[in-house]
Amino acid sequence: MKRIVINPATRLEGHAKIAIIMDDNGEVQDALFQTVEFKGFESFCLGRNAEELPVITSRICGVCPWAHHMASVKATDALFSAPPPPTALKVRELAYNAFMVHDHSAVFYALAAPDLLLDPDTPRAQRNILELVKRIGRDTGAKVLTLRKAAADILTIVGGRATHPIFGCPGGISRGLTAEDISTIREKSRQLVELAELTNKVFEDSVASKKEFVDLFNTDAFVNRSYYASLVGKDGRISFLDGDVRVIKPDGSPFEEFKPESYLDHFEEASLPWTYMKFPYLKNVGWKGLREGEDSGVYRVGPLARFNVAKGFSTPKAQTKFELFRDTLGSPAHQTLAYQWARVIEILHAAERVTELVDDAELGGKEIRSPLGKVGEGVGVVEAPRGLLVHHYKADERGVVTFVNLIVPSTHNNSGICLSVKKAAQHLIKGTDIPEPVFNRVEMLYRAYDPCLACGTHSLPGSMPLKFELYDSSGRLLRAEARGL
Amino acid sequence: MESEIVAKPKVAIVLGATCSGCDYSLLDLGAGLLDVTDQVEIVYWPTGIDSKLGDLEAVPDGGVDLILFDGAVVNEDNLEMARLSRRKAKMLAAFGSCGTYGGIPGLINTGSPKKILLEVYQNLPSRSDKAEPLCFEGEDALPKMLGQAYALDQVVDVDVYLPGCPPPLKLVANLFTDVLAGKEIPKGTYYASNRAVCYECKRVKENKDIVALHRYHEIQPDATRCLLEQGIVCLGPATRGGCDAVCCTQNQPCRGCLGPLPNSVDSGSEMMSALASVMSLDDENKDADYADIFDNLNDTLGSFYMFTLPKSILGRRKVDQG
Repeated sequence: MKRIVINPATRLEGHAKIAIIMDDNGEVQDALFQTVEFKGFESFCLGRNAEELPVITSRICGVCPWAHHMASVKATDALFSAPPPPTALKVRELAYNAFMVHDHSAVFYALAAPDLLLDPDTPRAQRNILELVKRIGRDTGAKVLTLRKAAADILTIVGGRATHPIFGCPGGISRGLTAEDISTIREKSRQLVELAELTNKVFEDSVASKKEFVDLFNTDAFVNRSYYASLVGKDGRISFLDGDVRVIKPDGSPFEEFKPESYLDHFEEASLPWTYMKFPYLKNVGWKGLREGEDSGVYRVGPLARFNVAKGFSTPKAQTKFELFRDTLGSPAHQTLAYQWARVIEILHAAERVTELVDDAELGGKEIRSPLGKVGEGVGVVEAPRGLLVHHYKADERGVVTFVNLIVPSTHNNSGICLSVKKAAQHLIKGTDIPEPVFNRVEMLYRAYDPCLACGTHSLPGSMPLKFELYDSSGRLLRAEARGL
Repeated sequence: MESEIVAKPKVAIVLGATCSGCDYSLLDLGAGLLDVTDQVEIVYWPTGIDSKLGDLEAVPDGGVDLILFDGAVVNEDNLEMARLSRRKAKMLAAFGSCGTYGGIPGLINTGSPKKILLEVYQNLPSRSDKAEPLCFEGEDALPKMLGQAYALDQVVDVDVYLPGCPPPLKLVANLFTDVLAGKEIPKGTYYASNRAVCYECKRVKENKDIVALHRYHEIQPDATRCLLEQGIVCLGPATRGGCDAVCCTQNQPCRGCLGPLPNSVDSGSEMMSALASVMSLDDENKDADYADIFDNLNDTLGSFYMFTLPKSILGRRKVDQG
């Protein structure tokens, strides 16, 4: 059995790698995404006071702390039987949309854009954000950073700071907004829309309108027919914070829809000896390994899943882009690289939503926390930037945590990532002579998911070095392709 | 006079067991980030640029002017990166609460590695396969955990500290300003205030006469008065400032992320002792024992050592071997 190891980090930096296992005929048999970093939040949260979990679990990830914070706050609302008052919900939603702009825009410019805006075959050494700034000009680079800072500023007003907020608490939020806060946010929100429109224009001009990119998106090796899962709002539209979980089949037809609290009836996780990352699958389909199609329980989450599951956006500008996306790629869109486009359109929706919420009469209300009720159990589910995020807690009568289960988006997508890499490898890799562009393509595919390794590991994956290793059946190294090491 | 070409200071950011929040938050400098990157040469920063570990290894020992080490040390990989950073750095900075005190990953010291792996991999309801899953031997071996979390200076010599979760950007900017100015930075410097958070807190402080302790979600505290005086355990008095008391401004107590004050041996025990000295038992609880009052907090360890357990006198909980 031969194995190729795609190591996004050296052993020393070692947080994740992809191993491609080949059979004796030189055909790709499987692809496995190995995470070698482990922090143990599910264990050391036991014994803590439940109200502290939104503070502790935001530290799972410094890139998406608001997602963990918000899932945790929702879980503790339920655990303490304290549904928040309307003002608290509005402020949370405003902050969360500003966070979506903050996170998605960093991902796009720092990680995706070097692949998409520079020629995909640009040598690895030049495919980075600094080269991109050179290309688009320092002034444009500075402008993007300045506009994005408006999102950080809004998060700082609402949550005290952009990274690791001091914000939500069981039953509400700890500080309400003043009239002055709201007026500053209103001013900053215009910059969010400007950033979103600029980013969409860049994407459409350089990628979506280019035949070579659309062809690349549609390449069979990069298309994965899987199930998709995401939250949908009551109106059937994309919802980042509320609603039920809807799962659709690969043909787009509904498979199941359920309350977030019943996630255990629908998701199950396999685990394998060589990785800290678990493999969730749809319980009602079953684990058939890394296979696509209706018989396999592999499902995907994240921007592409949200686009496939829901019927669009509630905001007008984003809805127009949503329709352009569907007209271009069809529905459901199985093109894995389309994650990037969906992400860019979501920036616009989130920015529009901030401008709507900032004019909401309830935003400045004084009632920001509900009294607590009976202590017990709570499930908090949100759409993190990278997809469905589950926090599930139980506590004893004193509110001391006795149980924690977390399923993060990059874990939901673990099977999808492996499947995408496996399929691409099966099409592209024949024997040990692997041409340079193949590595680029596999990398782009893996990066489309933006697997937030910081959630279980440390680095933004796109910027991490990759290592490909090809072993023969006796485990002897035949070839090593170091990329960015 | 001959013109002198001054080389830009070389800077690297190295990651240990971290959420990446410390270095990711640097993007929030906005265009100011480009002003910094114009003036330094970044030799290695996996989160921000397409850098190569080989680039860091290629620098002669002591050849990197400043290395920021972001994270705690919990496994063999982290330990090797810490040692590499020490070798390459002229000045090594513990960047953030994890590097400085162990931080949130330091809470792992409340259990044993084996127990933790069982709790995470075997005892959860969404898991379908109950077998012992993890492999620490052979080709696909996972990096071995060290059995507990350490702060950076518990494994290598550290020159300066930038505490905070994440470190306030103005404190990070102060360090860069000093480095760019070529200023002599004394070993052991903390880029944080030497005074307590309370000095930065705008809440009205009147009379520390506390009759009962509350967990912060149990009461809706007065937004203008000292939280401690309202019976909420706020670590402000025992914690370095520099954060503008941001948590108190947000109507939440300080959890101590900037760590103990200068010359403090153990901020948690000092805070408990300080609390006991200002507690007054009124008629209603005159028979109560101080220990019982602290018991009301349930999680004393989490309440007083959320960010600092590895560096505290406790270090870690004594656990059964194996």
